[in-house]
Amino acid sequence: MSTAMASRYTAEYQSIASALPGQDLPWLQALRTEALAQFAEQGFPSPREEEWRYTNVSGIEKKLFAPSMDLTAGEINADWLEQYRMADAWVLVLVNGHFSAELSVLDGLPEAVSVMSMANALAVQPEIVEKYLGQAVDHAEHGFIAFNTAWFSDGLFVHVPGKLVLDRPIQLLHIVNKADAMATTRNIIVADDMAELKVVETFIGAEAYLTAAVTEVFVGQNADLTLYKMQSESEKAYHYGGSYIKQARDARFTHHNFAFGGLLARSDIHVDLDHASECELNGLYLGVKRQHIDNHTRINHLKPYAISRELYKGVLDDRARGVFQGRVIVAIDAQKTDSQMNNRNLLLSDDAEADTKPQLEIYADDVKCGHGVTVGQLDEKSIFYLQSRCVDEETARNMLTFAFANEMVDKIKIRTLHDMVLEQVLARFPQEGVNKEWL
Amino acid sequence: MLSIKDLTVNVNDKQILKGINLEIKPGEIHAIMGPNGSGKSTLSHVLSGKAGYTVTGGTATYQGKDLLEMAPEIRAREGVFLAFQYPVEIPGVSNVYLLKAALNSIRKHHGQPEVDAMDFLTLVKEKVRLLEMDEKFLYRAVNEGFSGGEKKRNEILQMAILEPKLCIMDETDSGLDIDALKIVAEGVNSLRSPERSFVMVTHYQRLLDYIKPDFVHVLAHGRIVKSGGPELALELEEKGYSWVEEAAA
Repeated sequence: MSTAMASRYTAEYQSIASALPGQDLPWLQALRTEALAQFAEQGFPSPREEEWRYTNVSGIEKKLFAPSMDLTAGEINADWLEQYRMADAWVLVLVNGHFSAELSVLDGLPEAVSVMSMANALAVQPEIVEKYLGQAVDHAEHGFIAFNTAWFSDGLFVHVPGKLVLDRPIQLLHIVNKADAMATTRNIIVADDMAELKVVETFIGAEAYLTAAVTEVFVGQNADLTLYKMQSESEKAYHYGGSYIKQARDARFTHHNFAFGGLLARSDIHVDLDHASECELNGLYLGVKRQHIDNHTRINHLKPYAISRELYKGVLDDRARGVFQGRVIVAIDAQKTDSQMNNRNLLLSDDAEADTKPQLEIYADDVKCGHGVTVGQLDEKSIFYLQSRCVDEETARNMLTFAFANEMVDKIKIRTLHDMVLEQVLARFPQEGVNKEWL
Repeated sequence: MLSIKDLTVNVNDKQILKGINLEIKPGEIHAIMGPNGSGKSTLSHVLSGKAGYTVTGGTATYQGKDLLEMAPEIRAREGVFLAFQYPVEIPGVSNVYLLKAALNSIRKHHGQPEVDAMDFLTLVKEKVRLLEMDEKFLYRAVNEGFSGGEKKRNEILQMAILEPKLCIMDETDSGLDIDALKIVAEGVNSLRSPERSFVMVTHYQRLLDYIKPDFVHVLAHGRIVKSGGPELALELEEKGYSWVEEAAA
């Protein structure tokens, strides 16, 4: 990144800094200043960095995205709300990086549960936010996190107290509809010991813009948290979304990552596992045209007896490029670790590309770790089998491709979300004529 | 039903079938036997339209039409059914859906309306019982996680539901224990009719104890070297294949 570009962002920052939430909090101000200085020096990550070697974000630097200072939601496409706001969830809506009370649905929350905008949380309970902000991820990790830490304009704050089981999911609906806007949002999700909840992050938008979202997740002892992410950004958008999860002893965490949109989209999912905790990371990425979709996961087995399961699947057509980098790190005293990582890619065109890089770094000696990677085309034997059962070749190809992708959709346990994601898969599917009834 | 004349087929420039002649009339069961590598599977694959085979000469006429010109799915819709030696697993596509899609494309091909959902389920369940299968199989992905015997039974289930006119069975008995073989044979026998013909490609004579053929042909080195009645199968069982191979050489 050019220093000229970084300094333009830095100059821009001074003009809006006073409007950012929590500027009356010295600790936050110090954190933002530190992060900004780091960003000014480093800029966005470059392919020279090992964890960014397949993803070049220099396209972002060609534009100067500006934060939206408009705190009203403005005109929001009613179809979007209809289509993407889950009817069975508490929904917090962010428009161009700012909380919209009028579009959000937060009635009837149990009193003990906090679901509020980050700006509000910083106003009413800053000492609780301080306990968590920046604790699951360090802004020194890379430029996007520094950028996010300096600039975040709002976000979602969730806190579920111990033993409370939330039966309704909480949805973050992240909408960007302003050209050249940057939506920089910071989210914190906390499940105290033995609490259970499901959170859904949905990213949608129109126009060319930049989303830079960071979500920090804290799963308490023996708590159970499922985080879904559906990234259906505009096809001209840039998306960075990082999820950083800290699991306490015996905690369970499941992530479902659906990466469908964006011109260039990158997700980081980093999980720290404590004693006997379990995580499951699932992902599906569909790339068409010239989309570049990168998913980067890191699982840190820090203590003994933890279990991790990971399955990422990609379908890439046209000139799309999919990247999967999965690191599993087993610390020296993480004995009896049980870890499985798989990445499967289906290439539908000669120009599509999949880069896949599983990495196991094992420092303990009594562990069970496995990984598998495939990049391939549809199986001709399967196509012939379907043809011999009266199905024409094109339909057979669609059927097999859809079935490949649908395995991941089928894992969704929330009916409304399942149907929403399925619609997205069908709408973004490389071919026409794909039929839900195949399942 | 099916008339094959002087059919020659290459695989990777190597001639595998060297002039096959076969006449199959409606209602007949023909067994094609032969040692490994004689071209048995090539014949069933070529007739069902699998890619990778080059027809270099001869004809195969099915109900007056050029079979070799048709795409595999058209052959299937016209009533040619291949029961696979190794049925393929199709994860994510349910058995019952594939059955329904196949049945409806046959009906559409013949200008008939789609099958009524209730009638379809009644039909399927009846056939499932006939083949002593568990109904749960219907809602599982096609062949996924099925045992060898279950896969073969599933092929016969498809056959029973699609009601083809020409059934080509490729080594259906291999991998079946005697109980599964009896069930499969019973399924096939229940499908015998004056309008339906069978080509049973098999290495083992055992299958023919349960499904009685009208004709037995011995394939060796890409040619039919001997044809006869069911007694020929017994002779093969007794003497092995070496004597026909010697005769062919």
